[in-house]
Amino acid sequence: MRAGLLSLPVALALALIASPVLAATIEVTIDRLVFSPASVEAKVGDTIEWVNKDAFAHTATVKGGWEVMIPPKSKGRITLKAAGAVDYFCRFHPNMKGHVEVSP
Amino acid sequence: MFIRPTAALAAFLLVSAAPLAEAAEKPTDPQIAHIAYTAGTLDIEAAKLAIKKSKTKEVVDFAKDMERDHEAVNSQALALVKKLKVTPEDNATSQALTKAAKEERAKLAKLKGAAFDKAYIENEVAYHKQVDGALETLLIPSASNAELKSLLETGLKIFQGHEQHAEHVAGALK
Repeated sequence: MRAGLLSLPVALALALIASPVLAATIEVTIDRLVFSPASVEAKVGDTIEWVNKDAFAHTATVKGGWEVMIPPKSKGRITLKAAGAVDYFCRFHPNMKGHVEVSP
Repeated sequence: MFIRPTAALAAFLLVSAAPLAEAAEKPTDPQIAHIAYTAGTLDIEAAKLAIKKSKTKEVVDFAKDMERDHEAVNSQALALVKKLKVTPEDNATSQALTKAAKEERAKLAKLKGAAFDKAYIENEVAYHKQVDGALETLLIPSASNAELKSLLETGLKIFQGHEQHAEHVAGALK
């Protein structure tokens, strides 16, 4: 308990120092052709990582924008470079849809 | 294939609905497994023909997607029937689908270039639509094993995705 109290300021200080550098990784799972969560919020510099549990290849494709290939039983990732809200879909199975809100 | 599998599936639905044909009221799990596997195999065969014949990148890419996805679904199906110790059972619907697909392939084999691309993609849209209908109204509701039902539901999502994908490609060809 005592150790916990003592370490709290240290942890806070570390968090303050680390936060401008440490971009977050946001995980989106693909299971049976569903992106979950379907909608995520992120900041510029954050990474979205799709974890594909299916035996099928998928993509995360923004029309007229980026595309991430996500092989079966594997992962795909992208580091977000621009702010804005985008809808994405799987090019192989366009009935799979997702959404990303990117703040500056 | 545009008309014939519809007729085959419609006939199956009619037989299922006929009050006197109680034995054939709904397909059994071994029959359902056979129909689903056959539907996938037939689409793989059509895809192989398109990969060989088409010179259009969008069409060849689409066909490769079909081949890859349906092989993945079918290997899951094979693993499941093995696990459940179910032997897929040939039946009138599987036979009608196979016969219609054979005729469609013969028709496609005679076409070339843009005419082939158009006919192949239009048939893919129609074929996936028919299989979606059969999965939704007959195969999924009839399946008694939960794991089989779940695999069929995933199969339905795949087929619906392919139908939309085929519609995109059809739109791009115009």
